[in-house]
Amino acid sequence: MTDLAETPVSLPTTEVSLTINGEAVTRTVESRTLLIHFIRDHLDLTGTHWGCDTSNCGACVVWVDKKPVKSCTMLAAMAGGHEVRTVEDLEGADGLDPVQEGFMQCHGLQCGFCTPGMLMVGRALLDENPNPSEDEIREAISGNLCRCTGYENIIRSVRWAAEAGTSENGASQ
Amino acid sequence: MTTVEESPATDQPDPEGPEVGFGRTLRKEDIRFVRGKGNYLDDVRIPGMLHGAVLRSPIAHGRIVNIDTSAAEAHPKVKAVITGAILETLNLAWAPSLSHDVIAILATDKVRYQGQEVAFVVAEDHYSARDALELIDVEYEILDPVVDARKALEPGAPVIRTDIEDKADNHIFDWESGDADATQAQFDKADVVVTEDLLYPRVHPAPLETCGSVADMDPVDGKLTLWCTTQAPHAHRTVYALVAGLPEHKIRVISPDIGGGFGNKVGIYPGYVLSVVGSIITKKPVKWMENREENLISTSFARDYHMHGEIAATSEGKILGVKVDVLADHGAFNNTAQPTKFPAGFFHVFTGSYDYPAAHCKVTGVYTNKAPGGVAYACSFRVTEAVYLIERMVDRLAQQLGMDPAELRMKNLLQPEQFPYHSPTGWEYDSGNYPAALQMALDMAGYDELRREQAEKRAAYEATGSGDLMGIGISFFTETVGAGPRKHMDILGLGMADGCELRVHPTGKAVVRLSVQTQGQGHETTFAQIVSEVTGIPTADIEVVHGDTDNTPFGLGTYGSRSTPVSGAAAAIASRRVVDKAKIIAATMMEANPDDLEWEQGTWSVKGSPDRSVTIQETAMAAHGPLELPEGVEGQLDASCVYDPPNLTYPFGAYICVADIDSGTGHVKVRRFIAVDDCGPRINPMIVEGQVHGGLADGVGMALMEVIAFDEGGNCLGASFMDYLLPTSMECPSWETGETVTPSPHHPLGVKGVGESATVGSPPAVVNAVVDALAPFGVTDIDMPCTPAQVWRTMQGRRFRSDLAITDD
Repeated sequence: MTDLAETPVSLPTTEVSLTINGEAVTRTVESRTLLIHFIRDHLDLTGTHWGCDTSNCGACVVWVDKKPVKSCTMLAAMAGGHEVRTVEDLEGADGLDPVQEGFMQCHGLQCGFCTPGMLMVGRALLDENPNPSEDEIREAISGNLCRCTGYENIIRSVRWAAEAGTSENGASQ
Repeated sequence: MTTVEESPATDQPDPEGPEVGFGRTLRKEDIRFVRGKGNYLDDVRIPGMLHGAVLRSPIAHGRIVNIDTSAAEAHPKVKAVITGAILETLNLAWAPSLSHDVIAILATDKVRYQGQEVAFVVAEDHYSARDALELIDVEYEILDPVVDARKALEPGAPVIRTDIEDKADNHIFDWESGDADATQAQFDKADVVVTEDLLYPRVHPAPLETCGSVADMDPVDGKLTLWCTTQAPHAHRTVYALVAGLPEHKIRVISPDIGGGFGNKVGIYPGYVLSVVGSIITKKPVKWMENREENLISTSFARDYHMHGEIAATSEGKILGVKVDVLADHGAFNNTAQPTKFPAGFFHVFTGSYDYPAAHCKVTGVYTNKAPGGVAYACSFRVTEAVYLIERMVDRLAQQLGMDPAELRMKNLLQPEQFPYHSPTGWEYDSGNYPAALQMALDMAGYDELRREQAEKRAAYEATGSGDLMGIGISFFTETVGAGPRKHMDILGLGMADGCELRVHPTGKAVVRLSVQTQGQGHETTFAQIVSEVTGIPTADIEVVHGDTDNTPFGLGTYGSRSTPVSGAAAAIASRRVVDKAKIIAATMMEANPDDLEWEQGTWSVKGSPDRSVTIQETAMAAHGPLELPEGVEGQLDASCVYDPPNLTYPFGAYICVADIDSGTGHVKVRRFIAVDDCGPRINPMIVEGQVHGGLADGVGMALMEVIAFDEGGNCLGASFMDYLLPTSMECPSWETGETVTPSPHHPLGVKGVGESATVGSPPAVVNAVVDALAPFGVTDIDMPCTPAQVWRTMQGRRFRSDLAITDD
């Protein structure tokens, strides 16, 4: 008991400077702060969701230097100096990203909780592989759980975006 | 990605005009979700808000000797530490359960399951609240736990509910349905009787968003605002009023965007109450959000039904009767959420989709040292367990008779002319054409060709001893949803009717207010379409308001697939009342007799004079204007309805699963899944298909991966997503869906509800496929989940109890 009682409550802090959705920010936070909490609680970007603690569900996926990362399993300090992108940045000046449009067109979401993570994974896949097969999409989203859709319409949504991206050159950068 | 039935032409919106009525309309809610602008519980932030965290029991059964909170209280960021002793002084340590038992908000005398709430810390931030939990020292006297439900009633078993006066065992209830003597008479004349012990293990709905709340008790006007992850905001408000003695009009429950519910968010959890107590004590808003482990170990599980089934038939395969004996594990408190008269929910619909004269079931509920709950995970009040029972037993009978399971089902299915059908256990099935649905599924599957392929693969396996084992599993389900008629169904005395209020603004735009609460089902779109279908007002012009008790009519909420059958009917009737009122206004406007008017979606016109007409929008403006209305007719254009359903609705479907089992590892791969659903007319076919897809994935998960098991000490073995495995895109096949349409005769729109159909219907199809694949090994049954380990051992005749840690070889 006494050992615990003497646990210091003034915990070490770290100054974290990173780029979030193209904007440079600096915050001083407890060093243990997870990236997901940094984004949600310190930057007030609540589009990225927390779902499991164990890197299984993928609701917290953001991009770090253009790669999808589960932000519940990364310290904010580890993202210092890097570029972080969240779902809030998908919509561009020209409108919605084709992936966002695809999810609406193909009913790729129901409760919407997994959607930001799915969108970030889907966009990353299309940037790397503009014309993925169904199997390639299945594999790409296999680290993201969805409890509502049975995945079928998510796969259709990403395919829709792939087709829109090639035909219209959409907003897929 | 095959959808066999081509969508009818009405599914396509008219590109020339605004969308009106039923059809494939894109969802209105999606635009905020794809932008990351949903507002889920954890997104609710209020200035000055504090954060709560729950200290939970690490053991399954033990007496609390002492709780020392002094170190936690000394933490500089901690604002309050609440224990059961403090709650006792407020008379809040115990609360009524949803099944006429009590639950502990915080343990006072004993802890009764691992994960039970013991103390609550309120701190300035979430991390500090969690830190402070580590500073609370609880001394327990460990007691033997009751882990195995099958041993809960043995003499000498530890008594869990010592809080109940004179309680000397772990028995909760016995409940029976059907006619035991008549059933025995059928069994006496049967050629064949097959018995099987079936386990539907404990599983968890595991919505991606866990449960949470933000309580804000205004110390000045005494009004409590509670943001809460609830599927039933009105029912919650009334229960809080009853529990806490707060006046009901001083409680506002807001259910924001819900990140999946599936029954997990029906119950009232101690954390919700604790956030309220925390706010009362600190005079600040308090947020509580459980983590994933807390969600899995403490909130509403589902199933945990141990079923002994017997089925009797003639040698030609005509079913004569079914008997079931169920041991129901309810955990440490009886806190299932189901209608009062039905302690086993609607399990007694287990006679299923078949025509036979007699059936009987007996259900015994027991306490164990596990989390309470039992009715959740899209189960339609235990229809899931019922469908699993009958569909496994029918397959078992087919195996015994050496008959094809499709042929046996065809031989026994209820025929269209038998509806309305009165079942041996007292249900009145409203409508159906079962053989058509099964035939469609068989045709879509190419059933005969699949059987030929299976025979070839079996021959190859027998020749070589290697290769895949192929199985084909069928299930046919009848759902029992839309609870329900008030005279028969209530929860905690609240009748299961739902209200709807519809108001058309002067400019013809409308707002519809609902008592039900979406968790992803798309109510903002579907209910706008219902109002649009009836009134002709474009869907885009109709706003759906729900999830806020201050701004919606009373009703019992969304679960048991009841939104469309109950609240949808209320919306349709309110819409018709608006149209009827618009008729009087239209007649007044046109100086015509109301009897001379005719309605065509959105317009009243004078019969024979189509040029004399007014739109619903024009009547709305007139209803708010200077027009002199007939005597007794009030201005404005609005209506309401409280819908008391005359009967339940009975959606049904035929499912076929094709599975391949790796004979070297026992790994099951679902290759194809064919699902034919009949939920009556489809308001939005896109949304209906999405609901079916999600339920099919649930079925694959439960059948192959998901289980909340316990070790002998009562430790939960499914406490994270590393141990509680959910299906990913890799486990799910491309769903093949089809539909038949049999309207409900008693619902104003003919619709039946669909939210849980696939979750109810799909697990037995998968398990039947696995057993079918393993039949050459003499296998007649296997426990879910059919993990590689379970399949491998079952192939060798060494099945294990999937609900317990392996304790034998």
